[in-house]
Amino acid sequence: MFFPISNSHISPVYLAVIGFFIGVLGGFFGVGGSFIAGPALRAVGLDWNFAVGTDLAHIVGKSVVAAKRHRALGNVDLKLGLIMAIGTMGGAEVGAQLIQMLKRAGNVNFVVSIVSIAIYVSISSFMIWEAWRTLQYQKKRRPRAKVPVIVTKDDESSFSHRTAAIQRLKLWPMISLPASGVKAISLWIIILVSFIGGLFSGFLGGGAGYIRMPMLVYVLGIPTHLAVGTDLFEIIISASYGTFSHAIKGNVDILIALVMNTGGAIGAQIGAISTQYFTGPKIRLAFVPLPLIGAAIVIYTLMTGHKL
Amino acid sequence: MAAASPTKKDRSSTLRAFLVELALYAVFVTGYFFLVLHFLSDWLQDLHLYHVKLYALAAILLIIGQAVLLENVTTWLLRFLRGGRSE
Repeated sequence: MFFPISNSHISPVYLAVIGFFIGVLGGFFGVGGSFIAGPALRAVGLDWNFAVGTDLAHIVGKSVVAAKRHRALGNVDLKLGLIMAIGTMGGAEVGAQLIQMLKRAGNVNFVVSIVSIAIYVSISSFMIWEAWRTLQYQKKRRPRAKVPVIVTKDDESSFSHRTAAIQRLKLWPMISLPASGVKAISLWIIILVSFIGGLFSGFLGGGAGYIRMPMLVYVLGIPTHLAVGTDLFEIIISASYGTFSHAIKGNVDILIALVMNTGGAIGAQIGAISTQYFTGPKIRLAFVPLPLIGAAIVIYTLMTGHKL
Repeated sequence: MAAASPTKKDRSSTLRAFLVELALYAVFVTGYFFLVLHFLSDWLQDLHLYHVKLYALAAILLIIGQAVLLENVTTWLLRFLRGGRSE
């Protein structure tokens, strides 16, 4: 199929299949999936600028489907998502400016690569430690029962004592998040978490769900199922802003994004529904390979000089 | 042992419904490619070349509009094939 905007020939089946896989990942983990979509679009010869912008547009569509499904399952905290969108957009702008500063200094690729590898590996290491510890604790407390355990959204974490300490910080204004079960938390902590997510999004590219979803769970104390749904809702707003910005610069082939979204729509629904069958720690444990895939891509780029 | 068979039955009916849903969805999407995208392509290319701000706005509206439409279609297919149950 010929796509005149980016002047490229790409199989629509390939795009729909890629969209489907990213949709499943996005619906299940609440991530954008740009670490797969970007290289997948580059692999079929799409220019880098089009790959980045088109990927963002596709993320918007896939996140709308997944967030709608998560909302129906009661997994979206709209209040939290709207507050986070403000911080994310601010952080993304600062991250983009940081990249420009490093470009002028002439060492952008090396610095960004090292920082991203360190962050990806740290997130994975921490999550594998925490989720494993929580699962072991649950196993000890609840010996294997013959009756199947009902999956609930009430979450347990080995890090919850630290999360409780963060929630006790009295930095005015304090707000409550009834949908997430958080009685009181400083607005500034939410803004800071979303700002950091946005900063990494602007600095490393993509939606930075691999850092925002764990921060929602460990820093704000949001149950994993709600963190996934709320992150997707927040991604709709921030990725729409990114899509608009890239489209004005001529970096979006919306026809490619629309075709990808046909597969993404069904994948995102499957991913979102699947979260109902897993407990929070199991979702977090399954999340571990995602940042590692990101790290492997960066290491490959650093070693070969070919941007995937 | 008696409790295990309904689960297997449920699983196979869910899988069958999912495969039928995929097939119906594929037919729908193929028609969509040829009809909608074919008609949109020239108009969007013109916007991309000459009215870039309008193109950016149209891009956002199209991707959100399509997502809402496809979500409704897949939800309806799921309900239709599973006799009123969405999942």
